[in-house]
Amino acid sequence: MEDENAEDMEVEILSSMWPEDIDAAGKKFNVEKPGVDQDLLEDLTFSEEPSIVDFKRLLELTNYSEKGSSQLSYLVKNWELKQEKAVILLREELENLRKQQHGFELKKLEILEEHMFEDYEYGGDKRPISILDHEVYEIFQDVPKRRSDVIVQDESLEIEDEYDINTVKYWKQRALHLENLLNTSVQREQILLGKLEESIEKLEKQSSPVEELSQILKRADNFLHFVLQNAPVVIGHQDKDLRYRFIYNHFPSLGEEDIIGKTDVEILKGGGVKESQDFKREVLEKGIPGKREITFETELFGAKTFLIYVEPVFSKAGETIGVNYMGMEITDQVKQREKMAKLREEIAVQKARETELNKTIHITEETMRAKQMLATMSHEIRSPLSGIISVAEILSTTMLDKDQKQLLSVMLSSGDLVLQLINDILDFSKVESGVMKLEATKFRPREVIKHVLQTAAASLKKMLILEGHVQDDVPVEVIGDVLRIRQILTNLISNAVKFTHEGKIKINLYVIADPCPEDQKKHEKNVPRSHETTVWIQCDVQDTGIGIPENALSSLFKNYMQAGADTARKYGGTGLGLAICKQLVELMGGRLTVSSKVNYGSTFTFVLPHKVPQACESLDETDEYQDVGDDDASMDEDDVNCGFFQFNTRTLGSLFSSNGSGPTHEVTRNEVEFDKPDGFSVPVETSSKFNLENSNTNHTGLDKERPTHDPCVQKNRPLKTNTSTRVDSGTTRPRILLVEDHVVNVMVAKRMMKQLNQDMDVVNNGVEALRAVHRCDYSLILMDVCMPVMDGLQATRLIRSYEKNGNWDEARLAGVDLQDQILKEPRKRVPIIAMTANAMSESAEECFANGMDSFITKPVTLQNLKQCLQQYLPSYETL
Amino acid sequence: MAAVSQLQRQFIDYTTSLYNEGYLDDQFTQLQQLQDESNPDFVVEVVSLFFEDSEKLLNNLATALQQKSVDYNQVDSHVHQFKGSSSSIGAKQVTNVCIHFRNFCEAKNLDGCLRCLQQLRHEYILVRTKLEALFRLEQQILQAGGSVPVME
Repeated sequence: MEDENAEDMEVEILSSMWPEDIDAAGKKFNVEKPGVDQDLLEDLTFSEEPSIVDFKRLLELTNYSEKGSSQLSYLVKNWELKQEKAVILLREELENLRKQQHGFELKKLEILEEHMFEDYEYGGDKRPISILDHEVYEIFQDVPKRRSDVIVQDESLEIEDEYDINTVKYWKQRALHLENLLNTSVQREQILLGKLEESIEKLEKQSSPVEELSQILKRADNFLHFVLQNAPVVIGHQDKDLRYRFIYNHFPSLGEEDIIGKTDVEILKGGGVKESQDFKREVLEKGIPGKREITFETELFGAKTFLIYVEPVFSKAGETIGVNYMGMEITDQVKQREKMAKLREEIAVQKARETELNKTIHITEETMRAKQMLATMSHEIRSPLSGIISVAEILSTTMLDKDQKQLLSVMLSSGDLVLQLINDILDFSKVESGVMKLEATKFRPREVIKHVLQTAAASLKKMLILEGHVQDDVPVEVIGDVLRIRQILTNLISNAVKFTHEGKIKINLYVIADPCPEDQKKHEKNVPRSHETTVWIQCDVQDTGIGIPENALSSLFKNYMQAGADTARKYGGTGLGLAICKQLVELMGGRLTVSSKVNYGSTFTFVLPHKVPQACESLDETDEYQDVGDDDASMDEDDVNCGFFQFNTRTLGSLFSSNGSGPTHEVTRNEVEFDKPDGFSVPVETSSKFNLENSNTNHTGLDKERPTHDPCVQKNRPLKTNTSTRVDSGTTRPRILLVEDHVVNVMVAKRMMKQLNQDMDVVNNGVEALRAVHRCDYSLILMDVCMPVMDGLQATRLIRSYEKNGNWDEARLAGVDLQDQILKEPRKRVPIIAMTANAMSESAEECFANGMDSFITKPVTLQNLKQCLQQYLPSYETL
Repeated sequence: MAAVSQLQRQFIDYTTSLYNEGYLDDQFTQLQQLQDESNPDFVVEVVSLFFEDSEKLLNNLATALQQKSVDYNQVDSHVHQFKGSSSSIGAKQVTNVCIHFRNFCEAKNLDGCLRCLQQLRHEYILVRTKLEALFRLEQQILQAGGSVPVME
């Protein structure tokens, strides 16, 4: 009983020792199949159609690449840990078993000995073997501690049985029992051994982690397949020669053999391939992953854009052994993006344009409004101002005492100044809008200089010396727009005076060589005069004033610009003067320049081309030509007449003596060097008489808008023209046709023509004009635009058609029946000048579009008419 | 002689005021300058012609604007003529009204046109009165044996 118990206990203990844990641990590893390399490969071939794998390479990779090996090592470590535990337990158990076995073997031997002894006993004498008991006792003590309890029990049992010890039966029984015990023990041992072997076998089976790895890889693979099933991506690995070792492509168009072991360049041809390869190589070399967008243009899959990601793969030693490559097709996205970018760009451009346009519109509107306002304002101011000045002039002719005259002179000069400013503004808008027209009249430069200086001297209150030097080579008379030249000079002089506080202002006039021959030709073309030569006259206006800083020189000629804001405050003015001067000079084909030094003064220089008339003018004409103010200003008739032609010291003398004021004399004497024959100085402090007369001069001389500029022309022209035309071209006397429906206009125009010594036919509408043209040749037609029956535009068109085709077909179509004439020679083009009430440019364009040559704005003035005749009547002799 | 110079001064003042008040402009000066010994009455002749023409035009305009359906083109052409003749003699205010008048014509604004016609008539009568007075003054000067001062 006790033995069985002990046995049971033993077995129990042993079986409890058997590693159940191992089983449990083993389950975790899911060890189902024997892990063999082949299996792994088989599993990987599951990698299905899309992916093509160079397994050998992959293995190499997993073996050699750092990434692969780290992954593997992790798995292995894990596995090892688990296995280690099992091994420890197994070892322990094995050790136990070995001890047990040893014990049992010893016991067996003993028992066998005992049996032999028993046999002896059976055969011979029987003697008690109490020592054996002790020996057994000893043996059992060798078994593991846990069993010691049991053995102790055994002992006690045996001790209990000591009373029967002497009986043979008892010994026999005991031997039998022991033998049984031994047998069982041996049996157990066998079982244990079997189990041990089994366990060892199992261990052997688990000797490689491949099985588990493959499991994990398979799972990863499945996951990847699940995720990447429909993704438009290409994943691949390329070795360090950039040959594909692995590629996954959802839409493969190439077989495995076409890709593996080849490079991009070998596989594909076309745009982007090289770039992609280069990029990969770059990544390979640098060892830094990168992304790039590459557009491929290949035969294989057309134009496609890929976003590729390339990362280097390192070996354990840290050197790059290849690249991982991932590409996603983003062709549509790129297209969209580009479209968006384009749209955005277009929108931006549109917006910019819009703002620009708005700005321009705004500016244009503002400018137009400002100009209009300026012009209107100036014009409105001018009329009453003219009134004031006129009355003041009239007043000056009445009996006044000296003080009154002086006051009046101030009033007149101030009035003139304002008038000048307003004229400036009007001029400026005129030049800007291209309306400004130049006149070509004869004038005497010396006279002009003298006048300008006198005028400047008269209206200024500073102790300044004004000098004029005209070189001998400057012709006595030249042709040009004297009013504009005078305007420029006056502007420059007044400018100089304004900015000069002491010293002198000097005008130098001299002839220079033609600075640009081409310009000259151009100029000559405008006013062809074969018998005239052109001289270039340079005029320096030099002052000793405050000067102009260098940085302000560039903006000096800009509208409304002055050298500085404080300058403007201090000196006033519109800032238009220089801009107008420049414009005028350039309009006349010349150049205006400036040089200056701060605190030392400035020199304004302009060069103008002038025609020189044939020098055979009668004296009386010259007299007539002189400005009214000129005659008044000259103190001594003979003196002035002489001086103007000869420019000697007597002129100076006479000028000075007429002033008669002490200090002035002193100043001029100090400046003896300038008392040259061709120079004259005009000291500022002039007598009241002089002042007054100068303002007179100024007024008539500078206000070119006023018709009083023409008196000489009006009075002299007819006589001269008469003679010249009769002599030169008596038979080809110009015939002028006026087409005008309005009686008042007709009357005025007729009268003006008479004044200009021209005969003129008059008809009242376009149809009559056609008939008149049909009847006879005209040299010039003045055509009203708005007329009843047929307007001027249509009439002009029909006349042009007639001139071109030689017949009146088009007129007939328009309902005017005219007989065609047989022409001896082709029709000459008749200049047709429109007379329009609308000064707007669009109506001018309309006139030009219909074949008109020019236009005169209504109301027609003598001046306009004269200009027109000068320009369009070849035989019309200008004075 | 004193009477003459007084008359002359009066003439100048009056003429100047006509300019200053905007009844006349430079064009009238032009007319005056066109007058000389060979055409001693040029200004009066032209201005008389203007008066005649203007009265005709004013009547035409009144008639045209009374029509049931106003022919604005016709009205416009009348006003255009008026503008032309008035600007030719330098009757500035009349010209100005004509410019406004044409705007209303273009807009086919009957009320505006009628108002302008009224204004036009007013300005015309005004300038006629002024000019007639000026001519009377001129006659007086001439009768008194003086010469008409030339305005600049």
